[in-house]
Amino acid sequence: MAITREEVWRVAALARLRLAPEEAERLAGDLDHILEAFARLSALDTRAVEPTAHVEDFGALLRPDSVENPPAGDEPLTNAPARDGRFFRVPKILE
Amino acid sequence: MTALHELSLREAAARVRRRETSSVELVRAALARIAAVEPAVGAFLTVTEAEALAAAEAIDRRVAAGEDPGPLGGVPVGIKDMICTAGIRTTAGSRILERFVPSYDATVTARLKRAGAVVVGKLNCDEFAMGSSTENSALGTTRNPWDGSRVPGGSSGGSGAAVAAGECHAALGTDTGGSVRLPAAFCGVVGLKPTYGRVSRYGVIAYASSLDQVGPLARDVADAALVLEAIAGHDAADSTASPRPVPSYSAVLEQGVRGLRLGLPREYFVEGMQPEVEAGVRAAVRELERLGAVIEPVSLPHTEYAIATYYLIATAEASSNLARYDGIRYGLRIPADSLGAMYETSRAAGFGTEVKRRIMLGTYALSAGYYDAYYLKAQQVRTLIRRDFEQAFQHCEALVTPVAPTTAFRLGEKVADPLTMYLSDIFTISVNLAGLPGLVVPCGFDTAGLPIGLQVIGRPFDEETVLRVGAAYERATEWHRRRPGI
Repeated sequence: MAITREEVWRVAALARLRLAPEEAERLAGDLDHILEAFARLSALDTRAVEPTAHVEDFGALLRPDSVENPPAGDEPLTNAPARDGRFFRVPKILE
Repeated sequence: MTALHELSLREAAARVRRRETSSVELVRAALARIAAVEPAVGAFLTVTEAEALAAAEAIDRRVAAGEDPGPLGGVPVGIKDMICTAGIRTTAGSRILERFVPSYDATVTARLKRAGAVVVGKLNCDEFAMGSSTENSALGTTRNPWDGSRVPGGSSGGSGAAVAAGECHAALGTDTGGSVRLPAAFCGVVGLKPTYGRVSRYGVIAYASSLDQVGPLARDVADAALVLEAIAGHDAADSTASPRPVPSYSAVLEQGVRGLRLGLPREYFVEGMQPEVEAGVRAAVRELERLGAVIEPVSLPHTEYAIATYYLIATAEASSNLARYDGIRYGLRIPADSLGAMYETSRAAGFGTEVKRRIMLGTYALSAGYYDAYYLKAQQVRTLIRRDFEQAFQHCEALVTPVAPTTAFRLGEKVADPLTMYLSDIFTISVNLAGLPGLVVPCGFDTAGLPIGLQVIGRPFDEETVLRVGAAYERATEWHRRRPGI
């Protein structure tokens, strides 16, 4: 199976990545090469096999429902690329 | 007399406790060593000289006041730059986090400090831990201390190189598919990937959350055991950190391997392996047999599917985890007219080639029409891989295997072909998929003078047995005492 250029653009849009045309070209080749090698998985009959999402053997751990986090001060804003007082600045999202 | 920077972590901590050496002296020795070898090694992205000296002075005051400085008291350590350090830049080796300064410590950072360790700096790695050679770091090149034309392994290449070169007495790495064990093998040091859930991931920058685990790199097994004791255990901030009690790993190291059944998986000795690696590992297995272990041939039949399974699951999880880098609250932002354009241009400028490749692969595997064929399929094969280990462990207490098919390869040798690079992980990734502990100890050198590693894989939460095997092997051999001539 071959990955088309159109599919690369579709996936890049889903991943919010702006690709240069030569980058998209190279990625199409890379993904094709990688997925071709990975196609060997389809040789295995897994119809009766449960998927493993996680290896853990213990259930959800719950703590008493009490407030433990100190109130956030200015800290979450210290790495802001742009801020306005206590707010993150972003481009306008509504016209 | 052994130079201060060459002391084992245990010996350095014991000297501080006995007041024979001060923590400030140890830190100054480490900083001097860093200044001397960094131009050739390049293990560090950030050296925290002022903070380390202040922390060392505080330890020395506590010792002078008769207090116990902790099991790692006063000893210089390094931390992979995937792990958050309050007030110290934490980059994940990426342009997108080049100026990111966390406001809090990861749980493992806090626990190291609580045990008295002094952090001397942050160590280089492949960007977001995606790589097997550290060549994917956007922020620097790390070279193998045994041969500067070779890679240190990855993704925790800075951690392996710094410990091997004597720049710190131990280091933390992270291991998602072999990222602690491969650099340990390539740099000739000890590395341990604990069982999934043994160590908290809180404050560790996420790559693939069902596989990521923090582990120590050290100069011998006893030092690695000591660091694991300090960082392991339940953490209210990470619901995947197991509530099981943490045993005293140091207490079991003398027990030896007599009567222990060690499995030798036949799929881990394959065509195309560097013959010296196979010979080195087979000699180590014979040594363990001489020490009284019983070697059992076992089979892990789904090994050949592990790379595909891993790279589908890990990239799917990564594409989701890395969605958070959007230029809004932290990290690189490239200003643009609209919000959508800002996301796309910031991510395009901030991520390197391999990270983009993995985000694209993972997004593709999760996207409509491909989910069942790739992601769900990989999760099902993950079950089969896990069962292979469960069946093998019915016949033995641990497995002994090579770490990688070759010793350290040359810088630039594999960067052009991602699939060739992925094959470096063939003997390490199944361990992450099954969530098992894996220890690496040095077991020889090839004719080019490059280290060979032996991997010991254990049952879930049985770090004690893998450490016991590693310690018994170390007592019988001298490989772990060799240091690069840098």
